[in-house]
Amino acid sequence: MRFDTTPPPQWQSASSVASMMRIVMLALLPAILVSAWFYGPGIFFNIVVAVVVGLGTEAVALRLRHKPVLATLGDGSAIVAALLFAFSLPPLCPWWVTASGMVFAIGLVKHAYGGLGYNLFNPAMAGYVLVLVSFPSLMTGWPEADIGDLDYQRPSVAATLHYGLTGELPDALTLDAVTRATVLDRVREGLGAMRTMDEIRTNPVFGDFGGAGWEWVSNFVALGGAALLWLGIIRWHVPAGVLGGLLGMAGFFWLMDPEIHASPGLHLFSGGAMLGAFFIATDPVSSPTTARGRLVHGAGIGVLTYIIRSWGSYADGIAFAVLLMNMAVPLIERWTRPRIYGRPG
Amino acid sequence: MSAPATWNAQPRRPAWGVRTPRRKSLATQAAILIAAPPARVTIPLTGSTGIAAIPLVVRGQGVRCGEPIAAPAAPGLATVHASIAGRVTDIGACPVAGSSGPVPCIVIERGTSDAHWDGYPAQPDTATLPADEIRRRIATAGIVGLGGALFPTAAKLDSAGPTPLLLLNGAECEAYISCDDMLLRERADRVVAGGRILCTALDAELCVIAIKTDMPEARAALLDALDQAGDPRLALSTVTAKYPAGGERQLIELVFGCEVPVGGRPADIGVICQNVATAAAVADFFLDGRPLISRIITISGGGITTPRNIEARIGTPVAELVALAGGYAGTPERLIMGGPMMGVALPDDALPITAATNCLIAATAGELGDTAVEQPCIRCGLCVEACPAGLMPQELLNAVRVENTARLAELGVSECIDCGACDFACPSHIPLTAQFRTGKRLLSTAQLAREQADRARSRYDARTQRLARESSVQATTPVGPSALDALLARTRQRDNPPGGDEAD
Repeated sequence: MRFDTTPPPQWQSASSVASMMRIVMLALLPAILVSAWFYGPGIFFNIVVAVVVGLGTEAVALRLRHKPVLATLGDGSAIVAALLFAFSLPPLCPWWVTASGMVFAIGLVKHAYGGLGYNLFNPAMAGYVLVLVSFPSLMTGWPEADIGDLDYQRPSVAATLHYGLTGELPDALTLDAVTRATVLDRVREGLGAMRTMDEIRTNPVFGDFGGAGWEWVSNFVALGGAALLWLGIIRWHVPAGVLGGLLGMAGFFWLMDPEIHASPGLHLFSGGAMLGAFFIATDPVSSPTTARGRLVHGAGIGVLTYIIRSWGSYADGIAFAVLLMNMAVPLIERWTRPRIYGRPG
Repeated sequence: MSAPATWNAQPRRPAWGVRTPRRKSLATQAAILIAAPPARVTIPLTGSTGIAAIPLVVRGQGVRCGEPIAAPAAPGLATVHASIAGRVTDIGACPVAGSSGPVPCIVIERGTSDAHWDGYPAQPDTATLPADEIRRRIATAGIVGLGGALFPTAAKLDSAGPTPLLLLNGAECEAYISCDDMLLRERADRVVAGGRILCTALDAELCVIAIKTDMPEARAALLDALDQAGDPRLALSTVTAKYPAGGERQLIELVFGCEVPVGGRPADIGVICQNVATAAAVADFFLDGRPLISRIITISGGGITTPRNIEARIGTPVAELVALAGGYAGTPERLIMGGPMMGVALPDDALPITAATNCLIAATAGELGDTAVEQPCIRCGLCVEACPAGLMPQELLNAVRVENTARLAELGVSECIDCGACDFACPSHIPLTAQFRTGKRLLSTAQLAREQADRARSRYDARTQRLARESSVQATTPVGPSALDALLARTRQRDNPPGGDEAD
């Protein structure tokens, strides 16, 4: 009897890039739903725009690069980038902001560098930074979290759609009337105006740790991250590095003077800290492959995030910190190569 | 009797390696089946050394089972024995399982009698034998490394320094394979006896038998046998059930906590590693006078009706062993000799088994993962975690693709042990191990080219100097017969190593 012959090893991995990406999407889903619960349906509009534009850009880029289009679109990496990008955007956001960010993220940051696996920078964060510096006034569309007892007008589905498609709110609504500054913005402005943390925190938008509402989104992001750890999609090194770096910096300064420094809890549960730690900094392509390298990479992001939040010109620093550390990845990897068996240490 | 010591009672947890689905229990449900002599055996005369043994028989000659049929071509190599009684029908090159081309073989057809050759008397009392005499007899017994390497056991023992550590490898880490597990369950006493004989042969004070945490039955049997023997030199060590924990170098790291230096052998750090089946074969020879004529083979996989372990004569065709395991179930896609990771896919089941054949897997379609389309590397780092040699496979892959040999050397492609753990871990289904085999070839070709260039350069330099010297001499001395002779002599020396010939 004759048989097929193949070179060893005869056994292949049961997982695939596509299955890993699907798990990442599912892990982010609870946090997306919680975000919609507190901040309205805007996130769904952002996701639709980001996914459609992301896939379209990827298809065009693949076509231009003479690569198989449908097979590559199926790996899910463009959808994951679109989800993470959309998750970072304010829920009230005109479509062209989302679209330009995605075209930049997929077209330039990903494909101009060689496509999946070759991009130096995290596409979602590069896209976010582009729109953050290009449309600063449009990046403040965070509605107040729906925590029950506030007398503000919650934007309806129709209003959200209208704003998303035209960049203007219907009727007499103004953006200022339906949005509120984020917790990190308030901390930044308050401390800038020489107020103490205790005074700043009297505002009802603050919850137990971070922003009321947002801290729950952060909890669910962390829960999704725990699922990714449990399923072996990510390893603990990067999240431990990011959260440890941020906690270390925040804890040190808070212990020095809690009056003028936000608490470590506020830092961990506000802004993009959790998303960054579990979903962004763990992006395999733009982070180191060695265990020690991942710790260094994560810790660098945590420390830089604190520095940018505290002394930079932006309220949140996750995106900048991720991009800065992405640049250092080749160097980190070189320094943290494992010792080869049998070679002198 | 003192309780047997366990070495490293705490299992070491390697940072490297992969966990493959456990499929050993497929073949451990039934006891080892001792196969009757097959109608025809094809016995290879070469082991790992590639040096064929010299036939002692001629075509048509009758042989008894266990009779020497080929003598070692060099000291330390193994004698080859007839694995069945019968008549020699052919001596010549035949294809065998696991070899890329035909190898010299002796073919024996079974006769009517099952006569055993009794030229080797049993010598159960080995304690009184001198160490080098035991090693000589192990060579006579034809014992080679049954872990798959086929390295002559006597030659390995001869390479040992004074009082080495002996490591008996029972940690078969590939999925499906359970021949060592079953051997330990059923014949632990033989392994222990073999370990004691090897200790004496090596003058070793410690012999560690290493098994894995997922072999509780083997562990119990071994502890029993160790207790019976009461030999303080022997100890048991249990290592984590991770692939490739049973690799020689990896097992040394796990059990003794030290590494074999690059380019070196375990003997260089005072360790001699033998498979448990090899130890049992040593015991069989000294206790029963039985040379190496059979081995235990796992017949397993989804394409086998009743997977089991079979003790088969060396040279039995694969198809007969499959028949003993109930035949094929359905239409298997691949027939693998060895484990699913390092094993080779056999083109056909008429091939005879060798002493290296520890397992045959008839795999159905999809049983070992689908042959998925290769995708780009996403730098997930799973290969880096998996690599037992501390390499960075994704960086090596780039170096192979751009054929950067300097980088291949720096990244240590030569240290790749071909285990395939990175392939198994890779979600992008990149054939990494195959690429690294290419990388090793590229590197050795480049190194050879560099050596040749160095040699050519030094020869050219020497020639330039000689011509300069001669032109100054020629001005004064006429060319006579003696000068021509000297020139001829120098030309003849050209093949000598550089420096020695022209620099006189």
